[in-house]
Amino acid sequence: MTKEFEPRIVGILCNWCSYAGADLAGISRIKYPPNVRIVRVMCSGRVDPSFVLKAFAEGADGVLVSGCHPVDCHYIEGNYKMWARKVMLETMLQQLGIEPERFRLTWVSANEGELFKQYVTEMVDAVKKLGPFQKPVNWMTELLEHERSLGTAVQEIAAGGGVGE
Amino acid sequence: MSDKKLKLGLYWAAGCGGCDVAVLDIDEKILDVAEVADIHFWPIAMDFKYKDVAAMDDGFLDVCFLNGAIRNSENKEVAELLRAKSKVLVALGTCACYGGVIGLANFCTREEILETAFKKTVSTDNPEGIIPQPVSEVDGCELHIPEVYEAVYKLDDFVNVDYYLPGCPPRAELIAKAIDAIVAGQLPEPGSVLLPAKTVCDECKREKKDRHVDEFKRPWELIPDEEKCLLDQGLVCMGPATRAGCGAACTNVNMPCRGCYGPAEGVIDQGAKAMSAVAVTAVSTNLAEMEKVISQVKDPAGTFYMYGLPNSLLRGRQMKEAK
Repeated sequence: MTKEFEPRIVGILCNWCSYAGADLAGISRIKYPPNVRIVRVMCSGRVDPSFVLKAFAEGADGVLVSGCHPVDCHYIEGNYKMWARKVMLETMLQQLGIEPERFRLTWVSANEGELFKQYVTEMVDAVKKLGPFQKPVNWMTELLEHERSLGTAVQEIAAGGGVGE
Repeated sequence: MSDKKLKLGLYWAAGCGGCDVAVLDIDEKILDVAEVADIHFWPIAMDFKYKDVAAMDDGFLDVCFLNGAIRNSENKEVAELLRAKSKVLVALGTCACYGGVIGLANFCTREEILETAFKKTVSTDNPEGIIPQPVSEVDGCELHIPEVYEAVYKLDDFVNVDYYLPGCPPRAELIAKAIDAIVAGQLPEPGSVLLPAKTVCDECKREKKDRHVDEFKRPWELIPDEEKCLLDQGLVCMGPATRAGCGAACTNVNMPCRGCYGPAEGVIDQGAKAMSAVAVTAVSTNLAEMEKVISQVKDPAGTFYMYGLPNSLLRGRQMKEAK
């Protein structure tokens, strides 16, 4: 039996707009795919690019960062800062061999539960098409062999790991 | 008498030899070193063979300075051998600590690199298209050469490293200081970096202001003001994410920091952190304008991971499997 691939998406949402938007989607009983694991941060400006890379390094199939709309930032310009990083991060991810669909920055306000649903659905669909983010077999061969020879736990990302694992 | 002397070993794995030269750059201090220490292995300077090392008892060497990354099976084999023979193993230089400049090879597959090196460069004359193999037969004999690995690794991927002394190369004073500390038995906790925990910005005397740049420039495009922060002037400077120790050598001579001392304390991914610091200098409320400015940095991954790709979270480009 082959299970359909269920992507694991890490959602990093700002406290003031997008987290509240996701909350609204919840209390309004809007249905959206359960593939996104939400992490709340105070501001999208808090999102260091290394958070995104760490998510990928530890097995996420996609990363969704969401903050307040331009002009709406609780801290005035945090969302602009994230936008600046996003522009450069997109080029960097491409250079690192990661498909553009796997990372997205969106704006969702506290009353946009529907929009949150739309973004999550779009992202889950796009990442499903790409398949799991996994390091191909020939990558870091010697390191994996070495770790195996030591008998230490090797962090291997299970292909097609499903929701709720 | 001589058995009371410190027993030193030095080795270069996948490196350029610059770290070995940095050791010699301690100048007349090398005479003090010779007074307190005997060098038992140093391939670049003296005639020793691997079998001499293999014949040593385990833990025979008091200290071994190993520079260079792990690129092939020979590097790994000798690193493991020296680990067994050394009481204290110091990763010397950024290649051994974080992968270094040669770690940029992790943007390509081994096959791409071998193809380019042995077939495609303008100066290559290889009509038969021969690529060296780990094992080959010549006149009925089997010849063995080390196997090039799929990727570039840092030293501590394969062996335990007691101390890290990064830098490309580490300044001679820092090496001298490390040797002094070893002789005096005043070493910090194993696993430490033998450098301050601060960043290059901390050592850089330029005036830092609340910055906004509307154009990124490359060093050859301007002669920077010598008083103002280079980031403020639109140069890509990695000082905010890079470990201090160099005394801000580059920014002192009007060149931006390229990050050769590796990540500062607490930074898990030097490239991502430096990128974050540089990108936000271009913050503006005009998103389209901001995008235009930021896209002036043409090769962010190559720029920000110049000295530490094998030490980064993703360790290199994620290769698609061969079609």
